Amino acid sequence: MFIINCPFCGEREQSEFKAGGEAHILRPKQPTELSDDEWAEYLFMRKNIKGVQFERWNHAHGCRKWFNMVRDTSNDEIKAVYKMGEKPPLE
Amino acid sequence: MTKNLRIKTGKAIDETYRISFRFNGKTYYGFKGDTLSSALLANDVHLVGRSFKYHRPRGIMTAGSEEPNAIVQLHDKSARTEPNVRATEVEIYEGLEASSQNCWPSVNFDIGGINNFLSPLLPAGFYYKTFMWPASFWEKYEYFIRKSAGLGKSPTEADPDLYEHKYIHCDVLIIGSGISGIMAAKIAAKNGFKTLLVEEKPNLGGSTIYQNSDYFKINNQNSNSWLEKEINEIKKLKNLEIKTRTSVAAFHGYNFLLARENLTDHLPIEQRKDKTRHKLLKIRAKKVISATGSIERPMVFDNNDRPGILLSSAIKRYADFFGVACGEKNVLFTNNDSAYETATSLIQKGINIEAIIDNREQVDSKLVYEVEKNNIKIFKGYTVTDTFGYKRINRISIKQLSKDGQKVVGSRINLSCDCLGVSGGWTPAVHLFTQSGGKLKFRDEDQVFIPNTYPSDQLSIGSCNGDFTLDEILKNTPKSLKEFLDIKNTEYESLEIISSTNKSKRNIWLLPSDKVLGKTKSFVDYQNDATAKDIKLALREGFRSIEHVKRYTTTGMGTDQGKLGNMHALGIISETAGAKMGELGTTTFRPPYTPLTFGTIVGRNVGEYFDIFRKTPIHSWHEENKAEFENVGQWKRAWYYPKENENMHQAVQRESKAARESAGILDASTLGKIDIQGTDASEFLNRVYTNAWSKLAIGKCRYGLMLNEDGMVYDDGVTTRLGENHYIMTTTTGGAANVMGKLEDYLQTEWPELDVYLTSVTDHFATVSVCGPNSKKIVSEVIPDLDFSDESFPHMSFKNAKIGKINCRVMRISFTGEHSYEINIQANYGKSVWEKCMEAGKDYNITPYGTETMHLLRAEKGFIIVGQDTDATMTPIDLQMDWIVSKKKYDFIGKRSLYRSDTIREDRKQLVGLLTEDPNEVLEEGAQIVADVNKSPIEMLGHITSSYYSPNLKKSIALGVVRGGKNMMGHKLIIPMEKRNINVTVADPVFLDKENKRLNA
Ligand SMILES: [Zn+2]
Repeated sequence: MFIINCPFCGEREQSEFKAGGEAHILRPKQPTELSDDEWAEYLFMRKNIKGVQFERWNHAHGCRKWFNMVRDTSNDEIKAVYKMGEKPPLE
Repeated sequence: MTKNLRIKTGKAIDETYRISFRFNGKTYYGFKGDTLSSALLANDVHLVGRSFKYHRPRGIMTAGSEEPNAIVQLHDKSARTEPNVRATEVEIYEGLEASSQNCWPSVNFDIGGINNFLSPLLPAGFYYKTFMWPASFWEKYEYFIRKSAGLGKSPTEADPDLYEHKYIHCDVLIIGSGISGIMAAKIAAKNGFKTLLVEEKPNLGGSTIYQNSDYFKINNQNSNSWLEKEINEIKKLKNLEIKTRTSVAAFHGYNFLLARENLTDHLPIEQRKDKTRHKLLKIRAKKVISATGSIERPMVFDNNDRPGILLSSAIKRYADFFGVACGEKNVLFTNNDSAYETATSLIQKGINIEAIIDNREQVDSKLVYEVEKNNIKIFKGYTVTDTFGYKRINRISIKQLSKDGQKVVGSRINLSCDCLGVSGGWTPAVHLFTQSGGKLKFRDEDQVFIPNTYPSDQLSIGSCNGDFTLDEILKNTPKSLKEFLDIKNTEYESLEIISSTNKSKRNIWLLPSDKVLGKTKSFVDYQNDATAKDIKLALREGFRSIEHVKRYTTTGMGTDQGKLGNMHALGIISETAGAKMGELGTTTFRPPYTPLTFGTIVGRNVGEYFDIFRKTPIHSWHEENKAEFENVGQWKRAWYYPKENENMHQAVQRESKAARESAGILDASTLGKIDIQGTDASEFLNRVYTNAWSKLAIGKCRYGLMLNEDGMVYDDGVTTRLGENHYIMTTTTGGAANVMGKLEDYLQTEWPELDVYLTSVTDHFATVSVCGPNSKKIVSEVIPDLDFSDESFPHMSFKNAKIGKINCRVMRISFTGEHSYEINIQANYGKSVWEKCMEAGKDYNITPYGTETMHLLRAEKGFIIVGQDTDATMTPIDLQMDWIVSKKKYDFIGKRSLYRSDTIREDRKQLVGLLTEDPNEVLEEGAQIVADVNKSPIEMLGHITSSYYSPNLKKSIALGVVRGGKNMMGHKLIIPMEKRNINVTVADPVFLDKENKRLNA
């Protein structure tokens, strides 16, 4: 069970949060212009790496804000949290 | 007559307090402070169980939580019965009843014992190899396997005890109260850390607390007296909380640990009333110090499992701590100095030692000289080759080891004995450390795995860190604590230490024998009866990974997780396969460290507290009127209201007819309600629903369908425009929370530029829905000031109104196809509005109906229920709801997916109506739909999603999804049931009032 540092509330138990998959996948602005393959890329393809991963998290039982997290999935070390819209911290 | 082997008062024993208990139906006596095992040993009872596979007689082997054999059932046949309890951990109390597990019909005559003689037929993987085939025989085998193997019996009654969960936050958690744990607790607490010390045993002090010998001294006192003073001091420290009988079950990431605090198991049952039995502690510690100690290793030789064979350290503990001699003719067998610590203890107490067998050829050790001085015969360079005695050891054979330790040489010497203490060195208890993600390293000198890298802010000290001698512990512990806690000094810097243990050890994983391996029974895992031969067989059969060997031989898969034998298994694999121990790795230790009872895990979340349930503000009325309830998500919804002796079918038929013929009333308060405000509210709805919203006039309602981005139907409901920038959205009952979450997600992450605010108001409003041809008369009586004329208040519109002084919102919307109104009012007025409607509807036979009738009425109209007629693979087109998908809108969630190559396939499953040939035949929901029953395999076209007998149409109706169903109107299909086929015809899913005349009736 992690302790997550919500960018809005501070440190809270993981049980207050909900994971929301890979971060920084923008919904295409003009979906109708996309081919089936391009749309499928947005819709289905997600990374699942052993190592440093960018993820979306939601403080579901707290402030209900979405934010981003950089997490090493091999040891669950949380390297950074930052607000939606902010640039991901450089490696 | 049983013998009394109580020597003199042990440290833990209160001899003035006698306790009687029963074991296998016989009454015995022990003293307060005894464990079940120490009390049994004092009564000369060694045989306590049978092994799992061969049903060999087994005795008490250890004095701690690592016990593999003495596994008992407590209070059999009562609600409190508990299986898989280690006799070494049960503190006896008046009225204790324990019985052996793994034996049938009794521990003395055990039918499974025959497996022992059949054992050449029971090699590793026996169960896999034999019972897998033919599959149909499995049921027959299983009965006998279960009956004779018996892993204990679970209780059949509800657990009568109370359990609790508690969160604890501390600066430093120390696990284990041996000498290093005590030192750590004192240092941490004295340096201002909020400290918690947990100990699984009832007392503090580990094994040092009974190390009363001139060979182990600290500051000129025997080590036990020194430690006792330390313990007395730490008990006074304000910063320190001490919990005994508290066993850490799990060590998770981020220093989150679970521990079970045992509060009443040591009390007589009548004193446990109204007390909490266990507390599950959820500990979050800034720093964790593991001082979990080490577990003595047995040794692997032929017939090393007989009752009367114990770990040498256990014999010492029973003698020093409980005042019990495990035998009258004791032999010790060792490869290191530890057995001599036991020997000096026994000598001190006048307990007879026949001989010591030592693998080592030469030892220069004070302890050994001391024992030799007492004229005890020491066979140096020897090994035990065999043991004898069926229910209790009575003799051993020994032989000299060859120089390389691979063979035995010379002639066999027989020694008679009634107890054999074995010491194969020590294994650090690194289980919790590895659970937390810690990585081990292998230390070649003494063949142990010790902590190497820590995944969190934690430290291992003492023998769990590989410091086995008093000297090492006292020197290394303060040193590593200073660094770990970032402090300058400790009070333990200049201790005077006498520590007599010599560290030499002659480690031989599998001791040689004069028999071939195939003829020996050299146990590696006692609980699961895995032998050295089994492990070698697994390797011969091609298993290489330690995890595979474990599963194939079941080594380490018992309730003890192989605490004693895993290292030997690894050693034998490494020797046989020629691999290095350090490179083989270890198997994974998983929580819990020792078994937890389910009650501890669930705590107070049982019965009505198992899950939250939500009640509408009108719930009590439904209860008073004898409604049956249905769970919808967390909600309790009125399902139907049986009158007199009606069954569900009869009640639903009556309710459905009444709703269409005159008036029905439904509690719709559970529907999700989301208040949407902001200047971009209309644009937002345009993006989340498939249809267009910008042109919806204020005061009008519209049905909307919400998709996932993959184009599949996600939720539906009616949304009303309350004002220019203000909407109220309704969602399905079960989908409310998810819809809210999804909308927030899009607003925050994809469209943060939109000026929209969402508020969940589900619980703020009660919703009373009145439907049927007389609904208008009824609601206009309840709200007399409101103009209910069709011109002013048409279908799909809304009005603000007042009932008395209370504001309410009235929507004219319908889920039944009838003329109907929904009154939304502040939740606490819900019941009173309901009652007003009932009163006003009296003359119209207003009939309360539940969810079952609601489902029937909407099915007559072909209205879908998301989650029942859809399953996340249905697009609106599949549902034949093309009309609700806007062609004009540039984008909405899921739009692009509606013309992916897969979603435009003609042969997707599509929603259709189905009518049975026999109008009285009601189909089963979930039944398969096929076209041809003669083809094999029969091709499945779809399944029934909703099915009812319609009292209004006087026939059976069903909805179902059928591959290519849209173009199959009028086709004959078949519903194959177990014994017969039912013929159906594909029909329009709208069965009643296709023209929607009833909405304005
Ligand atoms: Zn937050």
